[in-house]
Amino acid sequence: MYPILEARFLAPDIKLFRIEAPRVARKHKAGQFVIVRLYDRGERIPLTIARSDPDEGTITLVVQGIGKTTKLMNRLEAGDAILDVVGPLGNASHVQMYGTVVVIGGGVGTAIAFPTAKAMKEAGNTVLSIVGGRSRAFVILEDEVRAVSDETFVTTDDGSYGEKGFVTAQLQKLLDEGRKVDLVLAIGPVLMMRAVAEITRPRGIRTIVSLNSIMVDGTGMCGGCRVITSGKAKFACVDGPEFDAHEVDFDVLALRIAAYREAERLSLAQFERDPERDVAAVRAQTRGAPAKDAAAASGGRAAR
Amino acid sequence: MSAAKPSANPLKPKERMAIPRQEMPQRDHDERAKTFEEVNLGYTTELTKQEALRCLECPKPKCVDGCPVGVDVCAFIELINQGDFLGAAAKMREANVLPAVTGRVCPQEDACEGACVLSPKHAPVAVGHLERFIADFERRENKIGLPPVAPPTGKKVAIVGSGPAGLACAGDLIQKGHAVTVFEALHEAGGVLIYGIPAFRLPRDIVRGEVENLRRMGVEFEPNVVVGKTVTIDELFAEGFGAVFVATGAGLPTFLGVPGEHLNGVYSANEWLTRSNLMQARRFPEYDEPTFDVRGKDVAVVGGGNTALDGIRTALRLGARKAYLIYRRSEKEMPARIEEVRHAREEGIEFHMLTNPVAFLGDEKGNLVAARCVRMTLGEPDASGRRRPVTVPGSEFEIPLSVAIIAAGTSANPLVQSTTPDLKTREWGYIVADPVTLKTSKRGVFAGGDIVTGGATVILAMGAGRKAAKAIDEYLSTGVWESAE
Repeated sequence: MYPILEARFLAPDIKLFRIEAPRVARKHKAGQFVIVRLYDRGERIPLTIARSDPDEGTITLVVQGIGKTTKLMNRLEAGDAILDVVGPLGNASHVQMYGTVVVIGGGVGTAIAFPTAKAMKEAGNTVLSIVGGRSRAFVILEDEVRAVSDETFVTTDDGSYGEKGFVTAQLQKLLDEGRKVDLVLAIGPVLMMRAVAEITRPRGIRTIVSLNSIMVDGTGMCGGCRVITSGKAKFACVDGPEFDAHEVDFDVLALRIAAYREAERLSLAQFERDPERDVAAVRAQTRGAPAKDAAAASGGRAAR
Repeated sequence: MSAAKPSANPLKPKERMAIPRQEMPQRDHDERAKTFEEVNLGYTTELTKQEALRCLECPKPKCVDGCPVGVDVCAFIELINQGDFLGAAAKMREANVLPAVTGRVCPQEDACEGACVLSPKHAPVAVGHLERFIADFERRENKIGLPPVAPPTGKKVAIVGSGPAGLACAGDLIQKGHAVTVFEALHEAGGVLIYGIPAFRLPRDIVRGEVENLRRMGVEFEPNVVVGKTVTIDELFAEGFGAVFVATGAGLPTFLGVPGEHLNGVYSANEWLTRSNLMQARRFPEYDEPTFDVRGKDVAVVGGGNTALDGIRTALRLGARKAYLIYRRSEKEMPARIEEVRHAREEGIEFHMLTNPVAFLGDEKGNLVAARCVRMTLGEPDASGRRRPVTVPGSEFEIPLSVAIIAAGTSANPLVQSTTPDLKTREWGYIVADPVTLKTSKRGVFAGGDIVTGGATVILAMGAGRKAAKAIDEYLSTGVWESAE
């Protein structure tokens, strides 16, 4: 059982959760994710950890309500709990002194990119952040990103805030201005990551993307998250989630992410007919039960 | 039990041999191909008593030697003959903490029954069916004879992985009075028994019941902990554990490495089975995890082991129109249990023997539409002793398919090894462990089951768990790590 200590919307359909998960918090490094299962009928979905506080024993997740599980999760509040949280999974971002690093977060991708931007800054890099959203309301964590960036650029598709246009246009502009960039990290929708890769490829700028494949266990057991890089199959959960953008086959990624689209639609439609039923099911299973991670909480948190 | 000892079996050897092996009652195959209810229905009391009478009570019973966990088969059959089913169950549990599981999934033909003196002239005593009956009997009676637990020793043992090796080890160590915590990466304990083996062979309630029995004996289970990620082995020692048993299994699926394996509809057997079993995708959309909808579609599994049969029989139950098993050798070389092969045939699985996929073909949406295969022939024996399959030139043909399940074996999951640099591994990442003590290169760390041997059976993993428990108990009480040469 993993209690939710804080839950608040950052944007329409994008919600931040601070969750008690001491073992995960203690080990988390930027770039890693958890798998959550909300209740006993739930699916397992990967969510990248936006922040962790080992002393408090918490992790922060930022969730965009797209399918059934994320929309159900976004109905949960502080005081609720999640049945299963496992992690931290995947490899940490490769953080070192590169020089100038451009960090690009599209939509909820900003939350995922944030810990890596912070780590890059702490490693001595000059960090240029590009944060994008559909409109002003969808630009999230701008203050947090500004705090760890040397320069921050904001774009919105509709021009309601910052520069009008996509994050890619802003990247293009920086490069056209002759900025020397040593590494680009792009996290967001497949189309955005692919577009970034195509901008940096001819310039030979090393580019990293974090891939959001469909996963079940997240430990290398199922192979459902396999992606093709340089013609070879890799598992996003144990070989990634970060990969060299210039080696990724984005066509295969886009097709595999769409594998269950019909089922996802069906599941969402059924959920939306009576969302409170599933919210009630989560609460019935998670309220008042003792913490599963209790042993870890008492055993290893002398710092508190 | 020697024939000279008093026996509750009144029959003379000739009379015993005249009794035919009692058939396991089965669900009708037309019915069962549509349901995840168990195929085997279990012996009745009458069938059990009749079958037990067939045992010749050899003075030197080979069946006991044939059992990887050393179940005292003679003693429990004698207790059945005395009509003491609960006593028989307790006798069984001394050596085997998961009798309801092994009674269902053990390859008895390679173990106790394979060693029975009645065979090959007569059918061997159906030890597995008897075992299942007594385990189910005590569960039905709700009078499970849990073995006594010794006073606490104050020592803590961490077991990594809650599959058959981990559970068997936990069962033995808790009886010795040690505090045992089992760490599981998934959200539910049981390992392959929960995520892999389908309910029609091993109902989930059976596994949950056995896990609950261990919990009642004092074993603690901590799910959602990926040792190697959530916590390292060294951190477990720092948390106060005196010994660690690594039983993480051979979890990584092997793909064929042929073109088109990335297509939607191509699954590893692990993923296919995990979705259906652990995640209950077969109940989608009541349960949230989806799986490919195979109703009215054609499905094939590639492989010849129990996992392959589990995968394709699952597809059949999910409504597949055609269900094929594609295997590159002949039926004789199939490593699956004989009973599973028979069940699969009865249910209408079509076998394509001596056939091997060389590519998977897809449509513009990235969905699988066919497997391109070649015919094989058997050449000289290879390292496994089985005749090596060789491609027949010019034999390419296509099988239209919507789903292909790859059950071509598994390899070692590297998560523990990669964060434990002083843990010695051999080729393919398997952990090196002493064959008797299961000690690894790292003090206090033992390893057993598939993570040491590569993919094997439930009972062999349980045997490893028992060996480890014995060695861990010795280590904890003596503090001596180096084994006497």
